[in-house]
Amino acid sequence: MSYVTLLVLLTTSLLGATAGMLGCFAILRGRALVGDVLAHAALPGICLAFLIVRSRDLSAFLTGALIAGIAAVALMALIRKLLPTKDDAVLGIVLSVFFGLGVMLLSVIQKLPEGGNRAGLTHFLFGQAAAISRNDLLLVFALSLVATGAIILLYKELVVASFDPTFARVQGWPVGLVDLALFSLVALVTMLGLAVVGVVLMAALLIMPSAAARFWTDRLDRMLLVAGGFGACAAVMGTASSAGWVPVLWGSPGEKLRLPTGPMIILSGAALFLGSMLFAPRKGVVSRAARLLTLRFRAALDHLLRELYEQTESALPQLAFQSSEQVRTRLGWTKIWMWMLTRYAWQRGWIRIENGQLGLLPSGLHRALQVVRAHRLWELFLLEKAGIASDHVHRDADAMEHLLPPEYVAQLEVQLAVPERLTQSGTSVPYSLH
Amino acid sequence: MSETIALEIHDLTVVYHRKPVLWDIDLRVPEGRLVGIIGPNGAGKSTLIKAALGLVPVVSGQVWFYGSPLRECRHLVGYVPQRETIDWDFPVTVMDVVLMGTYGRLGWFRRPGRAERELAQKCLKLVEMEEFADRQIRQLSGGQQQRVFLARALAQQASIYFLDEPFVGVDAATERAIVSLLQTLRDERKTVLVVHHDLQTVREYFDFAILLNMRLIAAGETSQVFTNENLRKAYGGRLTLLAEVAEAVHRSAVP
Repeated sequence: MSYVTLLVLLTTSLLGATAGMLGCFAILRGRALVGDVLAHAALPGICLAFLIVRSRDLSAFLTGALIAGIAAVALMALIRKLLPTKDDAVLGIVLSVFFGLGVMLLSVIQKLPEGGNRAGLTHFLFGQAAAISRNDLLLVFALSLVATGAIILLYKELVVASFDPTFARVQGWPVGLVDLALFSLVALVTMLGLAVVGVVLMAALLIMPSAAARFWTDRLDRMLLVAGGFGACAAVMGTASSAGWVPVLWGSPGEKLRLPTGPMIILSGAALFLGSMLFAPRKGVVSRAARLLTLRFRAALDHLLRELYEQTESALPQLAFQSSEQVRTRLGWTKIWMWMLTRYAWQRGWIRIENGQLGLLPSGLHRALQVVRAHRLWELFLLEKAGIASDHVHRDADAMEHLLPPEYVAQLEVQLAVPERLTQSGTSVPYSLH
Repeated sequence: MSETIALEIHDLTVVYHRKPVLWDIDLRVPEGRLVGIIGPNGAGKSTLIKAALGLVPVVSGQVWFYGSPLRECRHLVGYVPQRETIDWDFPVTVMDVVLMGTYGRLGWFRRPGRAERELAQKCLKLVEMEEFADRQIRQLSGGQQQRVFLARALAQQASIYFLDEPFVGVDAATERAIVSLLQTLRDERKTVLVVHHDLQTVREYFDFAILLNMRLIAAGETSQVFTNENLRKAYGGRLTLLAEVAEAVHRSAVP
């Protein structure tokens, strides 16, 4: 690894981690897009700084960017105070006006003898990671220390001010001051990020890691760590892929594909977000779908056993066979669903399958009885105690039979106990209502 | 022996967007009372609380808690905001929320320690939520969320409590539990002010009532305040003139 690559790697990962952590609070405070405004507003600030000092001076650029960012935020606050305009509208207007101003100034600078390209101003649009210097690393390192220190020191204050600002004010916390500290740090990390990922993409570096982290945990302290980790991870992945460590799938062999670092970092962050959204335990899409499918499968299994039982109830205690195809039609299932369920029930030893005929086995009968009992008791309860019409109770009971905990079934049984309802098999299953 | 005055409001006027919502409120609430703040929608009930707590700018008026202005006695004040002002998806647990009640006493930088956790646990027990301490707050029902908010206010260990519509979206069992808890607080000489809009339960819940409709109609013992005459003043048509004036001022002030 070359010295430059190491420098870029360290700087971007520190930047990503800091932006990720600060982004958590920016999102929770309901100000996720402040970073976006600050970043876009920085462009005219940088251009004006260049027009004044007439040379590529990083500290002048940062100062200009910071002043323009603060001006934009102040302007937003002013418009909100004076006019009854929606917050997001104000945000959109201010952001694009400042950005438009920046692009205009950029083309003015191109025409100057000093030239915009030589000054490297266009790099601020999408970032230029290769130009990162040792000074940049030191700045980012210092900022990450300050930001981490502030989060540790002010954790309690940040939490109460973001969760319930009204309550915080009653307790006497200067919520405005806490906000100021938080958004000063957001502004600083945004300014330093401009050189790496650029004006247009900086907001994503603040928002994506914390949005992804939210899928993994319900605790803020853990969310901060995860978001910091995701930010650093995205930076490392993005830097690595742009440095050509990823094998090129097209073009001539041995050729290294050079991709821009900033956008690659953002795309890596997006991949982490997508991965979190899909695969996070409990809140991820896959985990939710799996839970739903399990529930459906269990319900269908109960329906199958009940169907087999009810069709052969009159033949008890003999366990009669019936055509698998007919059962399937009555349940209205597809063949593949039927196959999955009968196979599962057969593996468990609940049913036997012979020549397309299905029959309950004793252990299956036992399970079926539990389901039927819950179903019929619930029907009776709805009919007698809840006063629901008899033609409605079946469908309701269909849904409830899988969910009724055993102790409730026992309670229902006591409440609804009438001797002649018990069937001849003595299993305390009431007679069917149909 | 004269009664201690827990809350005194003098000449309070509040204006929202150049439209008056509270006019010249003068009132004194003695210590150890359970107070209902009652009035029709838009009467400025919540605004009265918020103005007293310095949460909304006031045009005029002074507020004293036990004879001192708010900035000198914040530790005496407990607050339960309206439930829907909160993002319940926020990544904190029930315990975290209740601990926030102790933040005011802790001051800058200090984190809640063992003593604060024990206090929070005790407050959760008082609202019968101790087994929910580790739950994320989104997983609670409306009534449970309100109990957590109440536990947080209890953890403030205040002398005077303000509750903004604590019974909205809350089940009957929780409402009864909250009321009996508030009555216990009153019996411990705490003063509790509740923004309330169910006229049916006023006599049953509160021994002191503040009847509002943009101005103060009456304040005092519930039995004396809660008369047909006063209710007609607060809810009847006579105050429409005041509302019309307010509307007219609003229209002329905003071009």
